[in-house]
Amino acid sequence: MAVENKVIVTTDKSPMILHSSSQHNLSVYVSNSPGVLARIAQTFARRNYNIESLVVSPGMDGRFSRMTIGLSGDEGSLDQIIMQVSKLIDVVNCVDHSFETSVVKEFAMIKILCGIDKRSEALQIAEHFGCKTLDLTRTSMIFSVAGDSKKVDALVEMISNFEVVEMVRTGKVVMVRGESRT
Amino acid sequence: MAKQELDGAQALLKCLENEGIEIMFGYSGGAVLPIFDALETIKTKIKFVMVRHEQGAVHMADGYARATGKPACVLVTSGPGAGNTITGIMTADMDSIPMIIITGQQVTWMLGKDAFQEADIFGISMPVVKHSYLVKATNDIPRLVKEAYHIATTGRQGPVLIDIPKDLSQGPFDGELDQEMDLPGYNPEKSFDFDKAEVKAIAEAIKFSKKPLILAGQGAMLAKADVELKYFAETLNSPVTNTLLGKGVFPESHELSLGMLGMHGTAYANKAIVEADLIISVGSRFDDRIIGQADKFGRLATIIHIDIDPAEIGKMIVPHYQCVGDAKAILTELNKHIERLDSDEWVEKVQGLKKKFPLSYKIHGGLKMQHVLDEFYNLTEGKAIMATDVGQHQMWAAQFYKCDKSFQWLTSGGAGTMGFGFPAAIGAQLGRPDDIVVAVVGDGGFQMTSFELATAVIEKLPIIILVLNNHYLGMVRQWQELFFDERESGVDLVGNPDFVKLAEAYGATGYNLKRPADVRKVLEKALAHRGGPVLINAEVTKHENVFPMIPAGAALEDMLIEPPKEKLAKPTGST
Repeated sequence: MAVENKVIVTTDKSPMILHSSSQHNLSVYVSNSPGVLARIAQTFARRNYNIESLVVSPGMDGRFSRMTIGLSGDEGSLDQIIMQVSKLIDVVNCVDHSFETSVVKEFAMIKILCGIDKRSEALQIAEHFGCKTLDLTRTSMIFSVAGDSKKVDALVEMISNFEVVEMVRTGKVVMVRGESRT
Repeated sequence: MAKQELDGAQALLKCLENEGIEIMFGYSGGAVLPIFDALETIKTKIKFVMVRHEQGAVHMADGYARATGKPACVLVTSGPGAGNTITGIMTADMDSIPMIIITGQQVTWMLGKDAFQEADIFGISMPVVKHSYLVKATNDIPRLVKEAYHIATTGRQGPVLIDIPKDLSQGPFDGELDQEMDLPGYNPEKSFDFDKAEVKAIAEAIKFSKKPLILAGQGAMLAKADVELKYFAETLNSPVTNTLLGKGVFPESHELSLGMLGMHGTAYANKAIVEADLIISVGSRFDDRIIGQADKFGRLATIIHIDIDPAEIGKMIVPHYQCVGDAKAILTELNKHIERLDSDEWVEKVQGLKKKFPLSYKIHGGLKMQHVLDEFYNLTEGKAIMATDVGQHQMWAAQFYKCDKSFQWLTSGGAGTMGFGFPAAIGAQLGRPDDIVVAVVGDGGFQMTSFELATAVIEKLPIIILVLNNHYLGMVRQWQELFFDERESGVDLVGNPDFVKLAEAYGATGYNLKRPADVRKVLEKALAHRGGPVLINAEVTKHENVFPMIPAGAALEDMLIEPPKEKLAKPTGST
């Protein structure tokens, strides 16, 4: 599987799991080589570890990509996985960033069914969360929201009075605070 | 280097040769036609050895590397040819053995279309290689070969696979033969830039030990740290035990050596581990076969782990002190900071254990594998290169054939691959033509790769194939006897061929060995025969069990030194 030079976004899991205490944000800087994603995925799968979110995007230097992997799990075995991932030839580095020292954000789009009668209520919620309205029809709306995962969860909670047709979350992206590199 | 008119396949061979590859084991087929053609069209110094099955080719490359320390190359076709290499690659990967595997592949535009003999070997092999490549352009070949060789032979060594579509190997090459590597994520030179403060801390931790024990593994051997290790042990006055793969890195006939530890290790090595107040592992990965029950391992000891692979630190055992890097470089530094320990009493005690619990066997009651191996050790003065298969014979060979030198003991440790021994011996003999090379095999494992007799005969290799034939899968039978109420299931090898006739059918020589009184005579006859492969079919007793034994997952103190009198519970640990 090649890492293309575009943002690839995959699944999110239940917000409950995303906020469990042993949550981790791995940032993996990799060479853009064929198979690098498969190798990393395999390292997790072999140890029965579940990847909760995964974002791959091109680095500033086009020869590299940045993967941000959201996980929760046992501390001890995670150290082992980080070392196994770091060992892969195509991995330049792999770091687990805490919430204190880094900025962690995600982006989501939510589609609800909403007629004219309830539109202003929906827009009120959207405004509170700083959402953008991406699509509006007589019967539906798509909002987008960016922020930390808790904020997205709160929006999901508030909007659940409406019929939510679908939701897509990017998964977390991480950047270290201050001058240091991620 | 100036540009020459070459195709991809010719460039490939030239690059492999430039890297220092001397030998290539392989089997032809459609997708590698251009590369086999290049073997004829360009003058290459690389020797090509035609095998009878691709698995054999990989084990031969493996045996060659284990006996010489140098990597060899494997060349096979796509689809089934590539698929047949997997067990061999896994075996090499588990034991950190360097090699380069070249697989032919369907033409680029047919990839993913289920074309004839197309297999995604790049994907299939991914979990069992150190690294792998699918070639995208003919002109990349020199860089990929250089990277592959570099990756295979540095850091923690291992197999690297290069999958080459046929259109690219037969396409014109118009690049440079000497290209720069591009490996920003791979820095094996760090192995030599270890943390000296950690070494100092280790030296401090060692200082007050009264019961030290050094655990020498294959990492020390691959780093060629024999001399440093010997100085380390002798200066400290510390006993040394070794892993199965570490046999020879510290002379097993040395008075400080306790031989192999672990599941079927010596009683004295295992007893020493239990009592030691300091365990210094140099290049061992604390494999489940040596630690038994992890939380009880070395409970009384300060544990020090020296390893080239940071991912091994804390994987099985969390050490008190550690240092990541090349064993030779670290020991060289560590040796500057050590002095003799107050360990005379301990060494004396351990010597006492050696006398109290020696490895032994009974000569009467039929021909024993141990007897054959012990006699063979005496006749060859411990100097033969021993390639073993997997099972009871392997453990007895490890116990009774003491190794004093690195690279003389070739065995599949991590993977435990039956069928490994004989082809590994072929590779070893090709790499070291003047040494006595022995394939010690069981009747089960030998039949998995016995067709390589053809290869051994064609190459006129004077290998001794010692078939320790108990007509059983003995190790599995032993477990069934001990843990499954003696219910034998799937272990009786009825229908074994007449191995002497089998050898003769291939043009090799064969001898039968049936009586204990004939052991010396038959072994001497085989040793004197240097004209080609010679097989000894030793008909040994059927129900002998290997002891000492630590049931899988049990603590080292629960070792069985002799057959148990009571029924045992099923092991709880690893397989």
